Amino acid sequence: MAEMNTDDGGGGKKKHGKKRAKKSSTRIDMTPMVDLGFLLLTFFILTTTFNKPQAMQLTMPKKDKDIPLDDQSKVPADHTMNVLLTKDNVVYWYFGMADPSKGALPALNKASYGPNGLRKVLIAENNKRHRAYDEIEKLKNDVASGKLPKDSLGKKKGDFFSDKTRKTSILVVLLKPDKDAKYKNIVDALDEMAICNVGTYALLEANEVEDQMIANANTFQ
Amino acid sequence: MPKIKMPKNSPSIDMTPMVDLAFLLVTFFMLISQFRAEEAAVIDIPSSVSDLKIPEKDLLMILVDKQDRVFFNLTGKEERVKVLEKIGEKYKVVFNEEQKKEFSNMASFGVPVKQLPAYLDAGSTDRKKLAEQSKGIPIDSLNCEICDWIYFARTTAPKFRVAIKGDQVTSYPVVRKVMNYLQDDNIGKVNKFNLITNMETGPSN
Repeated sequence: MAEMNTDDGGGGKKKHGKKRAKKSSTRIDMTPMVDLGFLLLTFFILTTTFNKPQAMQLTMPKKDKDIPLDDQSKVPADHTMNVLLTKDNVVYWYFGMADPSKGALPALNKASYGPNGLRKVLIAENNKRHRAYDEIEKLKNDVASGKLPKDSLGKKKGDFFSDKTRKTSILVVLLKPDKDAKYKNIVDALDEMAICNVGTYALLEANEVEDQMIANANTFQ
Repeated sequence: MPKIKMPKNSPSIDMTPMVDLAFLLVTFFMLISQFRAEEAAVIDIPSSVSDLKIPEKDLLMILVDKQDRVFFNLTGKEERVKVLEKIGEKYKVVFNEEQKKEFSNMASFGVPVKQLPAYLDAGSTDRKKLAEQSKGIPIDSLNCEICDWIYFARTTAPKFRVAIKGDQVTSYPVVRKVMNYLQDDNIGKVNKFNLITNMETGPSN
């Protein structure tokens, strides 16, 4: 009962007067209803999911094989960072191009996904080129503090990276998962691209030479 | 010594506010919770810093679970039935009205077309068993059923967004294969994907 009475359960007034029919209590025992209410409350609390899943946008280049060579964007090799994603959550990276016909293969650098691994390297490399990381971070902070409208970030970023003086000398990251990479690795790597303010990146696949390089690196440990 | 007088009034607490609050909460939770059909696959999605919400409606979703099995999901009852009819036509499988209705109410599924009628007829426990035994929708290039699902879904509902939901340990080549089909000019013709992830609170420095 919602209320406990120690005195008479009738709840009526004990005044003398005309004799009336015995007054029965108008209180209803609400205990079952309240019980049910709490039961439902518990049920709905437990079944509700608050955090809806988010999505990460990924735009792939169009698969046009007929683009003439002149139209394909050319990236200077020394600004191209190849990131090889492989098994056991390991990342290897190197700059330039791995072409056995053009001399020795570049050495692979090993990194992990955490903040001290790939992220450090990416931020450092990105900052080497026009201090891109710091500049974009500044823009991000401006947006966060309300100095810039929220929807201008994408455009400002684009302007920064496509500026004539920078266009051909910004950091380009090529993500190349091999056959042992897990889906999580790709999402993590794409995440690092967003965190480290990398202007241009692409999701490709490791080629045979790179597969071999990974295999070599794995055996020499 | 006088007797200690016991307080006469009842030690009652007015519980009305509490009960009021409880029912308020019940109402609140009832209104915000949505029930969704059970997914055929248990997928532990990776987390990212992205804060883009995915739409609840107008979505074509491809799921890839731990064992690299591929599942397919599409929102919208009418669209689902249309796609099912087209698939049935192509694979010479006839679906009756009951099965169509069941299909339109279902969430994701991951069985080959030939097994689909039996899957739709099965009760919920049998269906779970079938889903466990199934190897997912075939994605082999010779027997590419997922291609047809994608193709018919894209032609029926070209405006739908495309999402990929993969498990953390899904192997990447399978996801890549699905993405290739989605990008293919003769199949999906999409170059923009939404990778479904959990929220992560900022970079952990």
